[in-house]
Amino acid sequence: MAFEDQLREFINSSVGDAFIREETFRDDLSFFIRPDALVDLCQAFLDDADLDVRYLKDICSVDWYGHDDEMAEGRFEVIYNFYSLKHKYRFFVKVRLPEDNPEIDSLTPLFQSANWLEREVWDLMGISFTGHPELTKILTPDELEGHPLRRDYPLTWEQPVFSWNKDDPPEVIK
Amino acid sequence: MAIEEKDLHINMGPQHPSTHGVLRVELNVDGETVVRAKPVIGYLHTGIEKTMESKLYYKAIPCTDRMDYLAPMSNNLGYCLAVEKLMDIEVPDKVKWARVCLAELTRLNSHLVWLGTHALDLGAMSMLLYAFREREMILDIYEACAGQRMMSTYIRIGGLAKELPSDFDKRVRQIIKEIPDRIDDYETLLTNNQIFINRTKNVAVISAEDAINWSLSGPMLRGSGIKHDLRKDNPYSGYENFDFEVPIGRNGDAYDRYLIRLEEMRQSLRIIEQCLDGMPEGPFRAHVPGVVLPPKEDVLHKMESMIFHFKIITEGFPAPKGAVYAGIESPKGELGFYIQGDGSNKPARVRVRPPSFINLAALPALTEGHLFSDVVCAIGSIDIVLGEVDR
Repeated sequence: MAFEDQLREFINSSVGDAFIREETFRDDLSFFIRPDALVDLCQAFLDDADLDVRYLKDICSVDWYGHDDEMAEGRFEVIYNFYSLKHKYRFFVKVRLPEDNPEIDSLTPLFQSANWLEREVWDLMGISFTGHPELTKILTPDELEGHPLRRDYPLTWEQPVFSWNKDDPPEVIK
Repeated sequence: MAIEEKDLHINMGPQHPSTHGVLRVELNVDGETVVRAKPVIGYLHTGIEKTMESKLYYKAIPCTDRMDYLAPMSNNLGYCLAVEKLMDIEVPDKVKWARVCLAELTRLNSHLVWLGTHALDLGAMSMLLYAFREREMILDIYEACAGQRMMSTYIRIGGLAKELPSDFDKRVRQIIKEIPDRIDDYETLLTNNQIFINRTKNVAVISAEDAINWSLSGPMLRGSGIKHDLRKDNPYSGYENFDFEVPIGRNGDAYDRYLIRLEEMRQSLRIIEQCLDGMPEGPFRAHVPGVVLPPKEDVLHKMESMIFHFKIITEGFPAPKGAVYAGIESPKGELGFYIQGDGSNKPARVRVRPPSFINLAALPALTEGHLFSDVVCAIGSIDIVLGEVDR
């Protein structure tokens, strides 16, 4: 059995109803699942020696703000990039989160590497990870408000550093 | 280990010579032992991912140079491969061969700087001078190719920026001739040097199991004995045509990573030689009207080519809706580009999987519970470039 089929069967049986759909684009296989099933799926990956999916390559996020067709499914997409060392195969697990209070369970208890990756997603995209030991800013300065990678965050906007002792400081660049 | 009141809090960096840029490490030490090490990053954050979202696909290439500035060609290659995958472009063989050659030169370049600075951190001043002398030869080739020594932007979507220089073959063969002896010289200086061995052996150890759990890649992963190299496992840009070995370590310590990087330099030279010997003839760009720039000769004489040229420069090209990921084995580890196209001429999202960032995250695992003086060795053996960590 090809590895794709084995993987498909495995994910289908582990997440059950939480499975939404799968997509193949340019040979990259992605599975969309509901967010609540993620941690159990990852635990199942770690427990299964035959699949050998122990390597979480990356976590990243996409903001669909401004794409009305995509917004219906949820504004934020979180992408988990898994790799099987045994089968030399990469695939993606994707979840969609709503615009209000985007929140998902943290993978840090399972994968150490998720610690910084989730902090980065939180810092730049504002998605919070429940159960993360230290969900703080990592790349942007502590004073910076907002999450710069969101599509509604203006590209060249700079937060005023000095208020010039005025209640209403001038906007530097907008 | 728990932090207690008697622990001394030391702030290392961001202006510290052995943090390779602007890395700050908050250290709690109990006597000579590190209780807690917490890397603090972000001093160099320039929002490259955000910037790339606002640019046409081909205009984002210069941003990639500025991430890992010691390996510009690898970054160009990773980004261009991702866009080519998104646009479904197949490039000519000559382009693949030339890209492999340049990517391997970049690996040499990056490893030379690593070797020089790592040895300098451990007190071997002369290595830095030797390594930078050899690196100069590689930078000269970059300059001949792209006109720039560091920020080359030479690899473009669908091909190269221009034809390889006429003396490319001669210059690269000079490197193949000279550098193997120089690598042997480095080995006589370091490999059996008792001071170097004492500073690196059994220092910054990470087991294979932990290395995977921390998602390490590149020499950091291979040092722990896991044979995972994207050039072999998921070949890209024609790497399946080349004959080379993937060195792996046994102990997962700084000394093994040093040996691996030296061996990788030798293997890179092997690949470069095969590239030069088998370099196919052909155009230096793919023929994809509307996406890849047409040859300059045609732009000057053919109406249609001129229109394409004008349109690509001014409004770019629309990419299909879909997400692609292209990962390459950069000198630091797996460098990946995740690009989400949305049907317009700008990407909806460009995500860089930064190898340095993910490898640096494991610094606490390498240093906690070990000697304070080994922190410098651990940072050095990870091989970070802060431009890429912070992006």
